[in-house]
Amino acid sequence: MDGDQTQRPPGPPGREIRKTTCYMCACRCGIDVHIKDGPSGKEVAYIEGNRDHPVNKGVLCAKGAAGIMQHRSAARLRAPLRRVGPRGEGRFEEITWDEALEELATRLDGIRRTDPRKLAFFTGRDQSQSFTGFWAQQFGTPNYAAHGGFCSVNMAAAGIYTMGGAFWEFSSPDWERAELFLLFGTAEDHDSNPIKMGLGRLKARGVPVVAINPIRTGYNAVADRWLGITPGTDGLLVLSLIHCLLKAGKVDLDYLSRWTNAPCLVDENPKSDMPGLLLRGDDGKPLVIDRASRKAMPFDAQGVRPDLSGRIRRAGITHRTVFQILAERYLSDEFAPERIAPQTGLEADQIHRLAADLAHAAFDKSYEVAQTWTDFRGETHKTVTARPVSVHAMRGISAHSNGFQTARAIHLLQILLGAVECPGGMRFKAPYPKPAHAHPRPCATSAADTPLDGPHLGFPTGPEDLLVDADNRPLRLDKAFSWENPLSVHGLMHMVISNAYAGDPYPIDTLFLYMANMAWNSSMNTSGVMGMLADADEDGNYVIPYVVVADAYSSETVAYADLVLPDTTYLERYDCISLLDRPISEPDHAADAIRHPVVQPDRNVRAFQSVLVDLANRLKLPGFTEGDGTPLYADYAEYITLHERRPGVGPLAGWRLGQTHLVDGRGDPNGGQLDHYIRAGGFKQFDVPESARFMRPWNDAWWEFSQRMGFTDAPQPYLFELWSEPLRRFQAAAEGRGEHQPPEHLRAMIRITHDPLPIWYPPLEDGHADPVEYPFYALTQRPAAMYHSWGGQNPWLRQIHGMNPLFLPTHLWLSEGFATGDWARVTSAHGEITVPVARMDALNPNTVWTWNAIAKRRGAWALSPGAPEARQGFLLNHLIHELLPEKGDGLRWSNSDPVTGQAAWFDCRVKVERVPPSGVSHPAIARQTSPVGQGRKVVARRTGDVPAPPPSAREVLRGAMAALKDRIGR
Amino acid sequence: MHPAASLIAFTTLSGAGFGLLAFMGLGLGVSRGWAGAGLFALGFGLALTGLAASTAHLGRPERAIKAFREWRSSWLSREAWLALAALGTLTLFAALRLANLPALPVGILGAALALFTVAATAMIYAQLRTVPRWHHWSTPAIFLAHAVTAGTVLTGFRWPAIVLLMATALAQFVAWKTGDARAAASPTTRESATGLGPIGHVRPFEPPHTGNSYLTKEMVFVIGRKHAVKLRALALALAYLAPVGVLLIPPHIVAVAFAAALHLAGTALTRWLFFAEAEHVLARYYR
Amino acid sequence: MTDLPQATGKRLGLVIDLDTCVGCHACVIACKAWNTEEGQSPLADMDAHGAHPSGAFLNRVHSYEVTPHDGTAPRIVHVPKSCLHCTDAPCVTVCPTGASWKRAEDGIVLVNEAECIGCGLCAWACPYGAREQDPAQKVMKKCTLCVDRIDNPALPEIDRIPACVRTCPTGARHFGDLGDPDSAVSRLVAERGGMALMPEQDTGPVNRYLPPRDKETELDILAPLLTPVTEGPKGFLGWLDRALEKLG
Ligand SMILES: Nc1nc2c(c(=O)[nH]1)N[C@H]1C(S)=C(S)[C@@H](COP(=O)(O)OP(=O)(O)OC[C@H]3O[C@@H](n4cnc5c(=O)[nH]c(N)nc54)[C@H](O)[C@@H]3O)O[C@H]1N2
Ligand SMILES: Nc1nc2c(c(=O)[nH]1)N[C@H]1C(S)=C(S)[C@@H](COP(=O)(O)OP(=O)(O)OC[C@H]3O[C@@H](n4cnc5c(=O)[nH]c(N)nc54)[C@H](O)[C@@H]3O)O[C@H]1N2
Ligand code: SF4
Ligand code: SF4
Ligand code: SF4
Ligand code: SF4
Ligand code: SF4
Ligand SMILES: [Mo]
Repeated sequence: MDGDQTQRPPGPPGREIRKTTCYMCACRCGIDVHIKDGPSGKEVAYIEGNRDHPVNKGVLCAKGAAGIMQHRSAARLRAPLRRVGPRGEGRFEEITWDEALEELATRLDGIRRTDPRKLAFFTGRDQSQSFTGFWAQQFGTPNYAAHGGFCSVNMAAAGIYTMGGAFWEFSSPDWERAELFLLFGTAEDHDSNPIKMGLGRLKARGVPVVAINPIRTGYNAVADRWLGITPGTDGLLVLSLIHCLLKAGKVDLDYLSRWTNAPCLVDENPKSDMPGLLLRGDDGKPLVIDRASRKAMPFDAQGVRPDLSGRIRRAGITHRTVFQILAERYLSDEFAPERIAPQTGLEADQIHRLAADLAHAAFDKSYEVAQTWTDFRGETHKTVTARPVSVHAMRGISAHSNGFQTARAIHLLQILLGAVECPGGMRFKAPYPKPAHAHPRPCATSAADTPLDGPHLGFPTGPEDLLVDADNRPLRLDKAFSWENPLSVHGLMHMVISNAYAGDPYPIDTLFLYMANMAWNSSMNTSGVMGMLADADEDGNYVIPYVVVADAYSSETVAYADLVLPDTTYLERYDCISLLDRPISEPDHAADAIRHPVVQPDRNVRAFQSVLVDLANRLKLPGFTEGDGTPLYADYAEYITLHERRPGVGPLAGWRLGQTHLVDGRGDPNGGQLDHYIRAGGFKQFDVPESARFMRPWNDAWWEFSQRMGFTDAPQPYLFELWSEPLRRFQAAAEGRGEHQPPEHLRAMIRITHDPLPIWYPPLEDGHADPVEYPFYALTQRPAAMYHSWGGQNPWLRQIHGMNPLFLPTHLWLSEGFATGDWARVTSAHGEITVPVARMDALNPNTVWTWNAIAKRRGAWALSPGAPEARQGFLLNHLIHELLPEKGDGLRWSNSDPVTGQAAWFDCRVKVERVPPSGVSHPAIARQTSPVGQGRKVVARRTGDVPAPPPSAREVLRGAMAALKDRIGR
Repeated sequence: MHPAASLIAFTTLSGAGFGLLAFMGLGLGVSRGWAGAGLFALGFGLALTGLAASTAHLGRPERAIKAFREWRSSWLSREAWLALAALGTLTLFAALRLANLPALPVGILGAALALFTVAATAMIYAQLRTVPRWHHWSTPAIFLAHAVTAGTVLTGFRWPAIVLLMATALAQFVAWKTGDARAAASPTTRESATGLGPIGHVRPFEPPHTGNSYLTKEMVFVIGRKHAVKLRALALALAYLAPVGVLLIPPHIVAVAFAAALHLAGTALTRWLFFAEAEHVLARYYR
Repeated sequence: MTDLPQATGKRLGLVIDLDTCVGCHACVIACKAWNTEEGQSPLADMDAHGAHPSGAFLNRVHSYEVTPHDGTAPRIVHVPKSCLHCTDAPCVTVCPTGASWKRAEDGIVLVNEAECIGCGLCAWACPYGAREQDPAQKVMKKCTLCVDRIDNPALPEIDRIPACVRTCPTGARHFGDLGDPDSAVSRLVAERGGMALMPEQDTGPVNRYLPPRDKETELDILAPLLTPVTEGPKGFLGWLDRALEKLG
């Protein structure tokens, strides 16, 4: 009795702690993996946050802590698989790795020797994009991208084109100094632990948080003020805030004149070749009027003081500054709060108050931070001015077809307040800042047996950079960088399967998917996509001839593969979180990290990246092999240590070989590098010098650091582009100017949407699906404790989110007479689903929503076919189509942002009707056979426990009965 | 509360058994000869079956013996001791009686212990402040009333049985009504449970888990209002009115047995309602 | 032992900030993971891959929608709930076996699983739903305030805090001695009006909840509404010239 519990031997929690990086989401927190001895060797016992890690500083989210169950998951694939049944059914035979790799290498070799475009290699939750992209480039196919196009390319593109840095992982609010925080359209985000930690810090400091979101859950639930905006109208709200601030003169004129293109002169001569571009001097540099000399000078001339109210008269035409044009536009009454309030679902008063709060925080709470720094015009400053307003935004902004321009509007707002790269504002994370023009242009020229002419993804600066042929036909399968969406800087993964199926712009042979559940939650029109993957032509050949899936688990997409390459779990492989890729830096330090096998796989699986190296070696790809075909790297670990992207610059920046000692940043490859990382806890931080921590785009010290680290090869100071010339070039082309001309049917769209200044236009679906017939926007949100489709296999997490209701606003709930336990039919212009519903008051009245990706296909993920995920859970994706409904112009417009190709998930409009409770949501997709069986009934295991015996006859019988019932039920 | 079969069987059968034994202990039933043996067997059988059923509710029945430990504070422990004492004393009483020896003092002690046992059983529920419907002296009163009534019916004392049946029916009815009032008047609300009352009206948004848990299965049992009313009516008919009707026809052993069976079935139904209707305050977190 | 200690030396417990908790369930899973590996027996899950998964958890996060009576915007509030380590713990006194007990030195309420018969009475007695029977072991499980961490000399001192507190990304969970009026947690409770759940149940919970703050009213008076400059001479451009003059 007494004290028994405390008298348990107070042994250490694990005999050993191995430090690596979490992979349960893209946040990439540091983890301490407790290892103990089990019956069959080292076992993972417990996972907690690494206190020293720059990203999470010891904390861990639910998914991260449940990683142990993902690592032990019953749904893990166990060996390479070859399809034996029809596609989609999920019947496979196990084969050896040699068979699998031989089969694949032979096929790929044939493709490469004839037409490398016939391989489409797309990766989803890939954290090694710089590597997978490099592989595809060496292979020679233009058809490579990761998931950014359906994720948040609007955010990335708007930020990088405007400021050389973006919300999406490339910046951070200044949590410690902000006095006001605005959060637009964010539920979880990739930076989920840092945002939670940051919110906690704001709360502890008593800093007000304002949430702009149709739905008030999670982060938005704790906000001190909530603006329950109508989806798709944030652009209006922001432009209205800009209107109020301009009208009150509450903008940072000094900041605007020095660091942005606000003082640059716009060519306003309608007769020039391309009016609307900036006037440039002979050296090609944009001109500004110097306030002292009143002369036009290059923007970066030493000592120049650009004048925001400058004008220049040339050939009878007055050319004004960007700022004047901008002020004229946004001061217009069309943006007055009273005018836009009804459309946004807000009160005019709320907008006035928010504008006042912004001005108050930015200007009344401003102060100087002592920090000497020198700008690119040679002026040395003793201080930096704090503008303590931080803003963050994510997919609520970006996943709309007007998201690019809305995100630009938000950046414009921040910049007008002087709240970017200053204390208290938004701060970039290395390797950013990096303006669009400093990134490469996209490449797609492919030829047999030849690497691609350059990286796949890049930043076009005008029509000449598009990837189209002389007839404007897209060069890429996903039609990225075509006139349909010129700035699709992350590709359009959501169009890949439908384009491949349609053979438009050309047919392919092999679809190679890694880490993307494209037959389920990452596709629009899921049932349609499943059909396309399984469809055969008249001869009985699959329309998409060969599908390869690299996955670690028995997902829905695995069932559609001809060949399955089983990956390890994240605790069993090497990986590299590289500064060449998506950064894990924080504003005050750059950082990179690794994963390493903290335990060995107990199945016949291989790390996918090493499999790619193996394939490259078999195919003798340049970049992976010497001229004579000798492999350069045996596996991914060797690639990480030995590969150099540019001389001295490799995947990892820490502990490289210098002349006399180990160096960070640029240096020769070091064979012992990974051991250094492992010893150091799996990551390395590179402190940004104090003088380089603010005002980076214009700060000499930053460019010095950036060069030393290898982020850039030369200093590249630049101005924030309030006026976007790349956009203007496309707009001008649509007006008929210039040599590259868009197809006729796209002219009007490009002219409107490619405005060089931020604009708002209604989400495109509004023009296609009748807003009266379909009065509600249907949204999804990330649940904090679930990661897309792959969290559902987790016995712990699935108890928290085992099914998802559709949340309805109160007025709808009451008017339709809904009661607890009711069901509804939800219809969009594209499709129909029947789902369970629940009531919510803290919800915009024009909005319905559900948690994302809870639903599972019957038989997937080692779950019982009777699992609530498969019966009541539902995907909204059935209602969202990759093409907008036809509206009488004979065209099917893509359901994407016309600038970037960002998938417009959140434009979806629906109607909702009460139906008798059904118990099973519809569509109920046919069951797939599980190549891994079903997981155990009882899970109660800890390290050292002998694994439970295989399922009893009774359990097997029950499983079979459930399956049978399920079949009969259909 | 979840109306567990084990607990319904336990309270119904042991209550009736102890009631019968108490009756006999007071010397009111036939306690000699085959008839006496039969009645003793019935009493001990019911009590022991009930007690055995109660262990089925234990997660670890093999450790049941440990339940005797904390009699100073735990009604469950007290009940265990009392049951043991009552059974022991009454066994002695039965032995004496069947051997035709004087045993009244032992019988009275046994009867007292038996009734205390029933009261202790009831106190397990009545002590729970978390279940406003139970947390009242009427809970032991009702349990005792049922025990005594069952004892009377089982021993075939026709008129006392009829009177007791009618009285218990009334008591049960009043207990239901006052229980309803207590449940409705419980100061524990969603607002007090969450502390959010000062901010506004509190409505559950999402439960902590989409499926069931031990808590929801065990303590958040819901029974529809209409359903409950019907079941109460049925229970009244079955437990009290029907037995009275049967007892009103000329006395016969079969009639007595039938009346007793009806009464016990009805009592089981009242016990089902006793659990099913009892709202645990914890449910405020869920509904 | 079933008797409650007269008074405990310390009163260890949690203080949970409802103004900060975003309902992420991190504490739920950290608790599950720690106690599964290090508790007296693992926390089991039944039908773990099936139609009715149901397992034992010691900490669960509820969420509520609160609609203010004054018509201001409704809000969602997350309420994490684990054992509140009550001073007058009814779960302890009802226990027939003595498996439930409260530590005299710090007031932590514990279950000695080896002594538990799984009668469930303590779970009935707890108004908060803080006790769950393990579906496999069939013994009672509850939050231990991570005694095996806070007392554990094998852990670095900084880690001698509950797993849920260590992991909480927003820092909404605080651990300390609520018996000491000068402790950080006691001060927080005093400053923020920390409240007890179900005070009418007279259980004397040690844990406290910090209520959501009403910043909306506070925000209202923050900033004066903006006055236009465009009404001066020459409108906005006139203002611009004057403002630029001032900048020099
Ligand atoms: N309705 C709606 N749909 C959406 C969205 C939305 O908001 N609403 N969001 C969209 C967005 S932004 C995204 S990013 C997508 C995400 O959708 P997906 O990219 O499909 O992401 P996941 O569901 O996580 O699936 C990734 C796959 O990776 C596999 N995997 C997990 N771990 C490993 C591993 O270690 N190795 C390998 N090889 N594979 C592994 C999983 O088993 C799974 O099959 O969904 C999109 N779909
Ligand atoms: N736990 C968890 N974390 C994740 C993921 C996950 O699956 N689980 N997925 C990761 C991935 S791939 C991504 S892309 C990120 C995405 O992270 P988030 O950007 O947080 O994505 P969503 O969950 O889609 O949330 C979108 C939010 O925008 C709101 N919203 C929708 N439309 C509008 C609008 O028009 N205006 C405004 N103001 N708000 C709107 C929605 O209500 C919702 O709150 O999360 C990443 N992190
Ligand atoms: S946020 Fe959570 S899941 Fe994502 S990396 Fe961090 S701990 Fe892992
Ligand atoms: S919260 Fe419940 S389990 Fe914890 S001490 Fe109080 S009554 Fe006992
Ligand atoms: S379940 Fe265990 S701890 Fe709870 S009262 Fe019964 S014996 Fe005591
Ligand atoms: S203190 Fe420990 S046992 Fe209690 S809720 Fe937190 S993690 Fe769970
Ligand atoms: S971890 Fe913290 S923020 Fe998340 S649910 Fe628990 S208390 Fe709330
Ligand atoms: Mo995403």
